[in-house]
Amino acid sequence: MTQNIAQTGALSARGLTVGYGDRDVLRSLALDVEPGRVTAIVGANASGKSTLLRGLARIMRPKAGSVLLDGVDIARMPAAQLALRLGMLPQQPVAPEGISVADLVGRGRHPHQRWFRQWSPADQAAVAAAMHATGIGHLAHRPIDALSGGQRQRVWIALALAQDPDVLLLDEPTSFLDLSHQVDVLDLVASLGEERDRTVVLVLHDLNLACRYADRLIAMREGEVHASGAPSEVVTAETVREVFGLDCEVVPDPLTSSPLVLPAARHRRHR
Amino acid sequence: MAVHKTGPVRGDRYQVLPPDVRAVRAGGAALLLHVRALVLVCLFSAAALAAGVVSLGMGDYPVPLGEVVLALAGGGDPISAHVVTEMRLPRVASGAGVGAAFALAGAVFQRVVRNPLVSPDVIGINAGASAGAVLAITVLGGSTMFTVAGALIGAFASAALCYLVAYQGGVSGYRLVLVGIGVTALSSALTSYLLTRAELHDAQRASIWLTGSLANRSWSHAGVIAGALLVSVPVAVILARRLRLLELGDDMARTLGIGPDGARSALLGSGVVLAALATAAAGPIAFVALVAPQIVRRLLNESTAGLAASAACGAMLTVAADLAARSLFAPIELPVGVLTAVAGAPFLLVLLARANRIGRSG
Repeated sequence: MTQNIAQTGALSARGLTVGYGDRDVLRSLALDVEPGRVTAIVGANASGKSTLLRGLARIMRPKAGSVLLDGVDIARMPAAQLALRLGMLPQQPVAPEGISVADLVGRGRHPHQRWFRQWSPADQAAVAAAMHATGIGHLAHRPIDALSGGQRQRVWIALALAQDPDVLLLDEPTSFLDLSHQVDVLDLVASLGEERDRTVVLVLHDLNLACRYADRLIAMREGEVHASGAPSEVVTAETVREVFGLDCEVVPDPLTSSPLVLPAARHRRHR
Repeated sequence: MAVHKTGPVRGDRYQVLPPDVRAVRAGGAALLLHVRALVLVCLFSAAALAAGVVSLGMGDYPVPLGEVVLALAGGGDPISAHVVTEMRLPRVASGAGVGAAFALAGAVFQRVVRNPLVSPDVIGINAGASAGAVLAITVLGGSTMFTVAGALIGAFASAALCYLVAYQGGVSGYRLVLVGIGVTALSSALTSYLLTRAELHDAQRASIWLTGSLANRSWSHAGVIAGALLVSVPVAVILARRLRLLELGDDMARTLGIGPDGARSALLGSGVVLAALATAAAGPIAFVALVAPQIVRRLLNESTAGLAASAACGAMLTVAADLAARSLFAPIELPVGVLTAVAGAPFLLVLLARANRIGRSG
């Protein structure tokens, strides 16, 4: 390797057009993800959030444009190389019935392994660290069907951590979780960046939680980046109306002073 | 903000490999060995060997066990040696190979499609191979080569038909099973038509072959199945690691660095070759492909059936079933397919009854 570009996990899109069949979901989209930070993609249903994430992860091939990882077009990178640097957790991953937690998390090490080198001390250490970080060490030999939704989500995050990529993309990691487990998972996600300058990009439904946990927001609207920046810059009553079609007031969160969106009350039960 | 502080973690702090799995290191290489699966492979192989040796001694010209072993070692009395190695060994060897091939094909199919019902006998691959082979037997005279070619063409044609009809931006196991039932019906109709049009002698030959029989196998049959295993086993060995990622879905497989489409095509292709050539060599012996991986899955108490253990289980089942089919109603010999059907059908019913959700069961 002669190139001296720092591998910081800077992900960006240039003229990115992605779609299904004839329909373009993203049209000539440009964005820069700040390395080493947590970025949340927010937007209404069908605004192209998940498609953007899938495009960034090369799960969907762009029709035009490119995704750059530290300046290199990921379309030109060998799949195994890309997997060492960029990981993604799909929205509803599937697992063989009855698979144990340790077995599943261990499969995240595939990019680091070869047929003749199936399990190295580094694999052992990475899987142990991933299970420790996600607090599932004591569940190692349980089948994942026997876990609660929150625990299961931790297992999947542990798999992505065991892969140990510089950039980690998470597609709605909190869907189907109750509020306390949502907070739990987001606390975990926020801690991922701190320990090892990891770039984290996640799609989130809940705008208020996104404001709390993300360093940067990307607001999507009809397949385009409508606004991006720090939550305090992006989340204004006007942007929320344009992006979500929702009348609201934005006040400072009393706990974190991040923006807090209060939908305008149409029906007042209490005065 | 972190709820779980990440301190320095020693690698041995958790036992992160499943309890039955050991990492074996030598030089720069490291392989994962599944101890329980390995034990199963040994047990199944030993059982297959035992059943095979008993089978070699049985028949119109009984040969005592000691003579059988002597003959296999290349000695003993010349008549016994001829009976054992030339007349009976091809049958046992074909049985073991065919069983291993069907079971391996079944395990690969079930794991790739993530559905325990998707085995080559359920989704019409064997029926397609049968139609092709019956065409070869009744129209072209049925030399081994024509039968093999017919079975291969029939199997790939029905696999392709199944895949094309079931494909909807991806293939769900349940849909494949439903389409497979249709393809099976189509192939059976073709087979029946060919039988009604055939000469009586050919039709009789074909219909015995259609139940799945190991009677009168020669070394050419054993050669056919050995060829199939030679081609497909390396594919399975090389792609077994990718199969473990395919089981996590296409998106996850991609993000972990493999192309799911290529790996899936290669695995399913090798499964079709195995099922086709096994059918060509011994007829569509029912249920081995469906049952063997499920037995292994339960014995290993694992989510998925190990490929090697499944193959060994299939070999054992087929050799043992053939032994039973020959001895239960002696001197009448049943075709082995009758026995596997009688034993396997209730198993299929149990699997169907336990299918609790679309696409998942067992």
